[in-house]
Amino acid sequence: MVASILDGIFNGVSIGSILLLAALGLAIVFGLMGVINMAHGELMMLGAYTTFVVQNIFKAIGGPLFEVYIFFALIAAFIVAALVGLLLERGVIRYLYGRPLETLLATWGVSLILQQFVRSVNWVLVFGLLLFCVLYFGGQWVVKRRADFERIKGWSTTLLLFLSGAIALVGGNIVASTYGLAATQPWFGAQNKDVTAPAWLRGGIPIGNYQLPSTRVFIMVLTVLCVLGVYWFLNRTAWGLRIRSVTQNRNMSACLGIPTRTVDALTFALGSGLAGIAGCALSLLGSVGPNTGQNYIVNTFMVVVVGGVGKLVGTIVGAMAIGIADYIVGTGILANLTNIPFLKDFFTFFATTSMAKVMVFALIVVFLQFRPAGMFPQKGRTVDA
Amino acid sequence: MSSTNSAVAYDAPPTTDTPMLQVSGLNVYYGESHILRNVDLTVLQGEMVCLIGRNGVGKTTMLKSIMGLLKPRSGNIVLNGQSVLAKTPDQRARLGVGYVPQGREVIPRLTVQENLILGREARPDKAGRSTDKVPDYIYDLFPVLKTMLDRMGGDLSGGQQQQLAIARALMGNPQLLVLDEPTEGIQPSIILDIENAVRQIVASSGISVLLVEQHLHFVRQADRYYAMQKGGIVASGPTSELSNDVIQQFLAV
Repeated sequence: MVASILDGIFNGVSIGSILLLAALGLAIVFGLMGVINMAHGELMMLGAYTTFVVQNIFKAIGGPLFEVYIFFALIAAFIVAALVGLLLERGVIRYLYGRPLETLLATWGVSLILQQFVRSVNWVLVFGLLLFCVLYFGGQWVVKRRADFERIKGWSTTLLLFLSGAIALVGGNIVASTYGLAATQPWFGAQNKDVTAPAWLRGGIPIGNYQLPSTRVFIMVLTVLCVLGVYWFLNRTAWGLRIRSVTQNRNMSACLGIPTRTVDALTFALGSGLAGIAGCALSLLGSVGPNTGQNYIVNTFMVVVVGGVGKLVGTIVGAMAIGIADYIVGTGILANLTNIPFLKDFFTFFATTSMAKVMVFALIVVFLQFRPAGMFPQKGRTVDA
Repeated sequence: MSSTNSAVAYDAPPTTDTPMLQVSGLNVYYGESHILRNVDLTVLQGEMVCLIGRNGVGKTTMLKSIMGLLKPRSGNIVLNGQSVLAKTPDQRARLGVGYVPQGREVIPRLTVQENLILGREARPDKAGRSTDKVPDYIYDLFPVLKTMLDRMGGDLSGGQQQQLAIARALMGNPQLLVLDEPTEGIQPSIILDIENAVRQIVASSGISVLLVEQHLHFVRQADRYYAMQKGGIVASGPTSELSNDVIQQFLAV
């Protein structure tokens, strides 16, 4: 009995910590900045693919170094996701601050682009994109130096766009025909990829006659470290203070001399980087595919909303509550605890993974009727300000 | 604008002829509605200038345009000899403008201490921004702040928030302090505190002050006044010449 309860708690906390790790980045981007980023799941997916690439590199190197590749993968995943997030913020989201509907649609589009990108990325595509960027942005840079920039701005941009697009297309085709399959073969393709965990993560930690899977323990530790790191960064550093200030009152923060654009970019990059770390952790649990992110995006938004938007502690409690509820309902522990036939049937009916999700979401809907602002709503006399 | 020169002769804290802030021909629109019409305004170094007028004539719009929160359609804003039209609010703040907005806008979920530390962001030198210590003269001006350093800014009363907002602006060592109705909705005893503090600041540091104010006693502290009506400056001069007629016309709500 004790063992099964402990098992329930461990697994619940384990699911919760994955949810938390995935939701942590969103708690910053959505909770603090108020940006609805539908591409957050895809940033996780990119983190998972980065792990796959790093794993392959270390496999090629071979030897004992492979055993520690996961730490390099974590860093690489953070950097890749943060850079893509930065690009997303600079290129799309900063034009849409204060317009949630447009942000939602635009980032959803970005999520589709990123999914298709990992399916079809190959050397030709990368070469073409790089060539286009060099030509277009280089051209813009040159044109901007001209004295009559304002006058020729309109048609020069169009011309540059078409010219660099055409040259990139032709260049890509030349590369494709010169190098053949080596260049046109997709890097990842549409199939899922498997990440092999290092040997020390494959086993379990025995406690009595029960084994705790090492990957899950690893993810829990990683989650705790990430939460502590985020807390430290937001509450103890100068940039953290700036971030908290800008997220609460953008205009006044600017008037105080805080470079708001830099802060926005940094905040978004931080949230995206955390998504990358979450993706790296996810790759240890299952195979990595273009749709990996989609499976998590709804859950992570739920966690942030249930916890209370804008409160990190809410995200933590929310993730644990949803994780534990999910596990308890899903495994049918409740059905075993009761002897009333009707209730037993009722709980058995929900004791599958997908039906448990239905029940948890129904509970969330009911919960939000009573606590619309989540578990930890903002308090004080200036909530609306 | 003959008043610009007469202000120098007027007995006041030492002022020079160099303008700290010079606004010329400013036109600001909200969408299609014309809010500021060809506004000219000058604040000399070390001078305290008051902008008066009834509600809705564009005083706050004027200050927001100076801060860079609103983009004028035409005209120029020159700060310390440098045009700041193309600069963002944070760049203007770092050029030495301390802004105390209407409604105070203390950052609500930060402590008083954190709010004060953020005031340092406006200092142009990086070294000044990094330390956590709040200088004593801030507490001398506003003793009440010292007792509530760990309270959330949003939980303070209106008067305390106003003092915090002014203290925060001073933390950036501004050359020009822009105050938007600092006594609005505040109990009389604290109005006097705030008035004294502003007077002390001007006397001790010699910075320029641009003040929007309805409270007559406070208006009288200024060296010069500009009166606004329907988005334009309609009268100006030394505050000593501010007659009751003018007050009746422009200040009575």
